[in-house]
Amino acid sequence: MSEGYSILVDTSKCTACRGCQIACKQWNGLPGTATKNVGSFENPQDLSYQTYKIVRFSDGKNGDGKAYWNFFSEQCRHCLSPGCMAAAENDEIVQDEKTGAVLYTPATKKLDFKATLEGCPYNIPRQDPKTKQMFKCTLCFERITNGMIPACVKSCPTGAMQFGERDKILEMAKKRVEELKKKFPKAQAINPDDVRVIYLVTDDPKKYWKYAAGK
Amino acid sequence: MTNHWIDLKNSDCILVMGSNAAANHPISMKWVQRARDKGGILISVDPRFTQTAARADIYAPLRSGTDIAFLGGMIKYILDNNKYFKDYVVNYTNATFLLGDKFKFEDGLFAGYDPKTKKYDKSLWALKKDEKGVPERDMTMENPRCVLQLLKQHYSRYTLEKVSEITGTPKEDLVKVYEAYAATGVKDKAGTIMYAMGWTQHTVGVQNIRAMCLVQLLLGNMGIAGGGVNALRGESNVQGSTDQALLFHILPGYLRTPTVNLANLESYLKVVTPKSVDPKSVNWWQNAPKYVVSLLKSFWGEKATKENQFGYGWLPKLDIGQNCSWLNLFDAMYAGKIKGFFAWGQNPACSGANANKVRQALGKLDWLVNVNIFDNETGSFWKAPGADPKKIKTEVFMLPCAASVEKEGSISNSGRWAQWRYKAVDAPGQAKPDGDIVVELMNKIRDLYKKGGKFPEPILSLKWDYVDQKGHFDAHKVAKEVNGYFLKDVKIGDKEYKKGELVPAFPLLQADGSTSCGNWIYCQSYNQQGNNMARRKKDDPTGLGLYSQWAWAWPVNRRIIYNRAAVDLDGNPWNPARPLLKWAEGKWVGDVPDGPAPPMSDPKAGKYPFIMKPDGVASIFGPGLADGPFPEHYEPLECPVPKNIMSGQFVNPTIKIFTGEMDKHLTCDPRFPFVGTTYRVTEHWQTGIMTRWQSWLIEAHPQMFVEISEELAQLRGIKNGEKVKVSSARGEVECVAIVTTRFRPFKMGELTVHQVGMPWCFGWMVPKDGGESANLLTPNVGDPNTMIPESKAFMVNITKA
Repeated sequence: MSEGYSILVDTSKCTACRGCQIACKQWNGLPGTATKNVGSFENPQDLSYQTYKIVRFSDGKNGDGKAYWNFFSEQCRHCLSPGCMAAAENDEIVQDEKTGAVLYTPATKKLDFKATLEGCPYNIPRQDPKTKQMFKCTLCFERITNGMIPACVKSCPTGAMQFGERDKILEMAKKRVEELKKKFPKAQAINPDDVRVIYLVTDDPKKYWKYAAGK
Repeated sequence: MTNHWIDLKNSDCILVMGSNAAANHPISMKWVQRARDKGGILISVDPRFTQTAARADIYAPLRSGTDIAFLGGMIKYILDNNKYFKDYVVNYTNATFLLGDKFKFEDGLFAGYDPKTKKYDKSLWALKKDEKGVPERDMTMENPRCVLQLLKQHYSRYTLEKVSEITGTPKEDLVKVYEAYAATGVKDKAGTIMYAMGWTQHTVGVQNIRAMCLVQLLLGNMGIAGGGVNALRGESNVQGSTDQALLFHILPGYLRTPTVNLANLESYLKVVTPKSVDPKSVNWWQNAPKYVVSLLKSFWGEKATKENQFGYGWLPKLDIGQNCSWLNLFDAMYAGKIKGFFAWGQNPACSGANANKVRQALGKLDWLVNVNIFDNETGSFWKAPGADPKKIKTEVFMLPCAASVEKEGSISNSGRWAQWRYKAVDAPGQAKPDGDIVVELMNKIRDLYKKGGKFPEPILSLKWDYVDQKGHFDAHKVAKEVNGYFLKDVKIGDKEYKKGELVPAFPLLQADGSTSCGNWIYCQSYNQQGNNMARRKKDDPTGLGLYSQWAWAWPVNRRIIYNRAAVDLDGNPWNPARPLLKWAEGKWVGDVPDGPAPPMSDPKAGKYPFIMKPDGVASIFGPGLADGPFPEHYEPLECPVPKNIMSGQFVNPTIKIFTGEMDKHLTCDPRFPFVGTTYRVTEHWQTGIMTRWQSWLIEAHPQMFVEISEELAQLRGIKNGEKVKVSSARGEVECVAIVTTRFRPFKMGELTVHQVGMPWCFGWMVPKDGGESANLLTPNVGDPNTMIPESKAFMVNITKA
């Protein structure tokens, strides 16, 4: 299945304003969790059953000694062939035909969490420790099936996030990578043929987030 | 902003310096990105590698407080390499003007300095004028006493070597920035600056911005699409608050507050009305009497008559030299000279520089009224950690007020757009809109004055009819009053206006009492056509993003001010690809022009472009400021270097230094060896009053932190994420250390200087382990022109907690 929708996350335009992270919490009615500063702007520290999206901050030095600060707005990739579904037996996890959204139903509480998590190349699924139900980004299914764009995309001030029909997003990604390559030879789209949430990076994906391109 | 947010998209080179726009003005990056999509270059100059730097094409670090050295080097680069836009500089600036014989500059001081008063006699900086009073010019700019030559001479000292040694910026980075930015000094390129508190909060704050004005004038970047000098305002309506004069030194519309020596209206009008004998100079401020009288008519209505000088005598007057700005007010409060205080929509216990002194000062009050949407560290200062409520006599009143979405009214953004907002929901509980609180308060004051009291006339004569039928504050009535009315039937030219009609625009205001206007620059915002601020049309005929029918911009809906400088002498746009204005078939097409006069080359009616300046041209030589006509590098009051290598004058010679027990400053002191600075984060607003209670935002940025370099961390044995103590001569704050490659030690000649940075959005009240305000560390010393505190450059120590 390759029709449906896609999101483009062009990290070369991302300013880490975290509008997407907050918009995700707001739309999904998720609470703010208790956090501490552990020596980074990044918070919360990880995805959870109450946090479907985090902006990852990664700083360091390039070969020329100059600093970099990379931002990676992490979320479920909505894979075309979702690895997490391998552990599912009876529609606990469904892939919506029209949109391509990969959705966790309340029945995910019956699934083996470890196996589900291991099946995901990007370390996305999380479990409510009480109910055992699993949660992650829904591609804002209820929004995109009602004529709206995902909350995170809506909040993005710079156009770093785009939402649209998959073929158009793929085309947009291809064009943008070509542009970026002039200045950043390592520019690439991460696994565009496998995922619906396509990240564009201008350097080694590992310099953004350890699971940016998969485990 | 001389331009506006959307106009950023028209720029070829965007310099972000003295601000971190990506973090603090996130939406601006939408337009910056549009510029970059078309090949525009983004430059970030900042002590820290910020979110803006992360997106920039060029990043250059600089030590906090050395921006004038950096920009002085750029001015020298532009002049040395003939990168300036000559036609523009010759015709539209005072570069050709000659200076009088008394002006000089020696070893860091301009002519006329009096070390006793720490003030300059600015008459020594006067331009040379002929017997008629017209400034003398040398259009070849070769005369050694012309402004351009003096400018060259002044900045000849700002060599790459010296600049690099002061700023800590590597020479190759200086050159990269200078080259890229100076490339906009041609007809068809525009460069712009986005600055904020990183430039203003210094003892040389105003001169930082002046230095950039010089760059922009030399490169012909003023008045054009994609250019300008753009202050990114830190509050959504801070532009509106200065326009409406929420400051001690001005009346609405930037008219100066009268002083006691100006005892009558005539003497006041004389000083606020500049004169020009040059027929080509519009000298718009010659209209000041119309705006002053209309303002007085607005204040006092029918009680303002020609006989009583329209109530001028009722206006409060400042003593000569009196300065009622923030630092002085809190100094007076600390000294027990102020009895009562309204903290209205603010949180001085966390936002004020040297916040310990502020908190002590609050305890000297008899009463404090805290108007806010939440409790804060100011209203609850008496129960702060370390405070003893038994010993604090101040009576505190908490007045809950409506949030922005709970009331109707206008809001003026950085780009001078006044946008009308409707009310979305009622305020909860007993919270009231600020307007209602003001109305109720003033009603009560008037009742009390009716029973007696000294000098009741100004209070009881006030025109005071801004409520609706139910007695509630009526934002529309106020907005109309601000716009102004005809107070009698008048005929102007061949047009008749009826008494009670709203004035179409400020050119029709009168000095005879026949019009009222609460703020002349807002005249046209709400006239007979309706509430122009509420307009929402998206037409954009120029394609430049002016959106002239969306809301309304002051003055007279001009979207880019000084736009008469966007064209050549014949009225053709310098850059035909971005035609902001064009003289075509006897009229201007494009933006609302800065005056309707024909282009400058018209021998009869042609006018100079900078109509607000008495001489009609922009000031490269600016003799109006307290600390000099050209910006000069001085060290911050607290700095890490033993001397100023640019001159024998260590710090700005005109600053006021407070000398009380709470006013400590230590420079080059081994106990405080590191440069400190403060900034904001996207997630928190100002002192965090509105955001620290918000769970998603506090989740994202939960605790006070300090960013330090890996090198400094190693020096002090500090690990990433550890608790540390940051201290200054004035206080200390516990922080979580963020050890990062994004701060680097500055190599300044032989010296290595470390810098650290902290956000100022936290306070003891909430959240529980959030930490304290960075303003416990900052110094209460101000810029000599504005008295804004030097919160961006001071000295600290950092140790493990």
